[in-house]
Amino acid sequence: MSNPIALVGRAATYLLLLLAAFISVFPFFWMAVGATNTSADIIKGKATPGGALWTNMVNFFSSVDMPRILFNSFFIAGVGTALTLLISSLAGYGFEMFRSRFREKIFGGLLLMLSIPFAALMVPLFIMMANLKMINTYQAIILPGVASIFIVFYFRQATKAFPHELRDAARIDGLKEWQIFLYVYMPVMRSTYAAATIIVFMANWNNYLWPLIVLQTNDMKTLTLVVAGLTSAYTPDFGVVMVGAIFATLPTLVIFFLLQRRFVEGMLGAVK
Amino acid sequence: MTKRGVVVAQSGYARSEQVNGWLFVMPALVLLGVFMIYPILWSLWMSFQVGRGMNFSFGGFTNILRLTQDPIFLRALGNTLIFLAIQVPIMLVLALLFANALNDSRLWGRNWFRTAIFLPCVTSLVAYSVVFKSMFAQDGIMNQMLMALHIIQDPIPWLADPFWAKVVIIGAITWRWTGYNMIFYLAAMQNIDRSIYEAAKIDGVPAWARFWYITVPMLRPVILFTTVISTIGTLQLFDEPNLITNQGGPSDSTLTLSLYIYNLSFRFMPSFGYASTVSYVIVVLVGILTFIQFLAARERRS
Repeated sequence: MSNPIALVGRAATYLLLLLAAFISVFPFFWMAVGATNTSADIIKGKATPGGALWTNMVNFFSSVDMPRILFNSFFIAGVGTALTLLISSLAGYGFEMFRSRFREKIFGGLLLMLSIPFAALMVPLFIMMANLKMINTYQAIILPGVASIFIVFYFRQATKAFPHELRDAARIDGLKEWQIFLYVYMPVMRSTYAAATIIVFMANWNNYLWPLIVLQTNDMKTLTLVVAGLTSAYTPDFGVVMVGAIFATLPTLVIFFLLQRRFVEGMLGAVK
Repeated sequence: MTKRGVVVAQSGYARSEQVNGWLFVMPALVLLGVFMIYPILWSLWMSFQVGRGMNFSFGGFTNILRLTQDPIFLRALGNTLIFLAIQVPIMLVLALLFANALNDSRLWGRNWFRTAIFLPCVTSLVAYSVVFKSMFAQDGIMNQMLMALHIIQDPIPWLADPFWAKVVIIGAITWRWTGYNMIFYLAAMQNIDRSIYEAAKIDGVPAWARFWYITVPMLRPVILFTTVISTIGTLQLFDEPNLITNQGGPSDSTLTLSLYIYNLSFRFMPSFGYASTVSYVIVVLVGILTFIQFLAARERRS
């Protein structure tokens, strides 16, 4: 331990980590302080709390129909998450538990499809939604994401740990396959569902490009879209923008601090 | 022989097994067919169509020719590849270094550091983009801090200068995703058998060599995975240049392929055919780069 090179190395490690931690956390601090400052002060780099919080809040709530916007965001993220978990976990379970002839080939095909970029899908999906008269609707946002290959993969991996004896016992008891899924599999796998819920909810809540394309009237917009819209003004009011950014970040931040372990588990899930 | 007998005896059971298997998988497969396979094939067909709005006519290779003569496309392609070539290596190296430092159980404040570095992953791309935009204003906090530390003499025109705008975008993405990659490395490092390190230590192998000759080779599959994911993500970069640098500005210096596709389809008079051609450039790039990365990973192994 008294080795001077090791000591210097150790000091350098702490310095590097401290710097990284500071850079990582600073924008959060900046966002919180910014909400209390006027736009002019924010642009001038004032990093101490100011007295404009109330004005910023009033301006935010007078320019944004918050109840409606929050409903849109929670509805899209909530329904989208529930459907994604149901459809994708059914598939993950099906792929792992039932042997069928083309199972592995189809599954391999899905993995290949993981690399299809959304950028290549947005134009045809938009035209498709326009033809179906679904532009500016919730279902246009929700439906394309419901079958998530990532989540199918995640559930298949997790199902490998699901004890087959449980299924066999349930079959002997005369349960139908869908009943086994509903009453045996889902309760047993609840921690997998919890981790997947966090990931999918966060992705839906934060989604920007697809809602930007599909949602066109103010009463349909999500919070993410509204916050993005606040900055696109020629001279954005950054005090108001910070208030919006805080509201947009808060749900995922709260989930993260309450369920930190699950959160990380969910992110790691697909590669284990 | 007996195996065949068992199969025949169970054929009724096996058939219901097949049917049930398909029923569970079918909803997801149908949806993927409708919202992924059909659009990607349609997009391929559209990439050979010319015309504005919904009036299409077959144009053969017109769009592909147009690509080679379109300075804005070439700009967007160049920018995207610059972001890819510079940002992804910086981010992954940083993530590896942080993970390696945090993997030391004697490190003081280990959990705090990990949580702090991971925290950016929790924000939405939009929220952090608007926050970054305010930090990089001409008289903003970034310039103030750098000047207070005497790192720079005069304020840097972050968002007004083509070079610095790219730096801001690269910095922003690195801020957002380094912690994400770090937790993949940390999880993988925890699966490495500690006794390997103990043995190396007893043999007098220094710390950097343990990192380079034990940790990195053991992490190869995870490094490959994160490289592929980051490559696919960076090739589709949209939110940050749209919000931080005002739709790819200044003068298209942060315009990306995704942003250009968006502009072609939704911001200008729509030319869906040409936009599809540009989007297939991304598909081809993803394919080629993923293939190369897999080859590189395999070659090093042998």
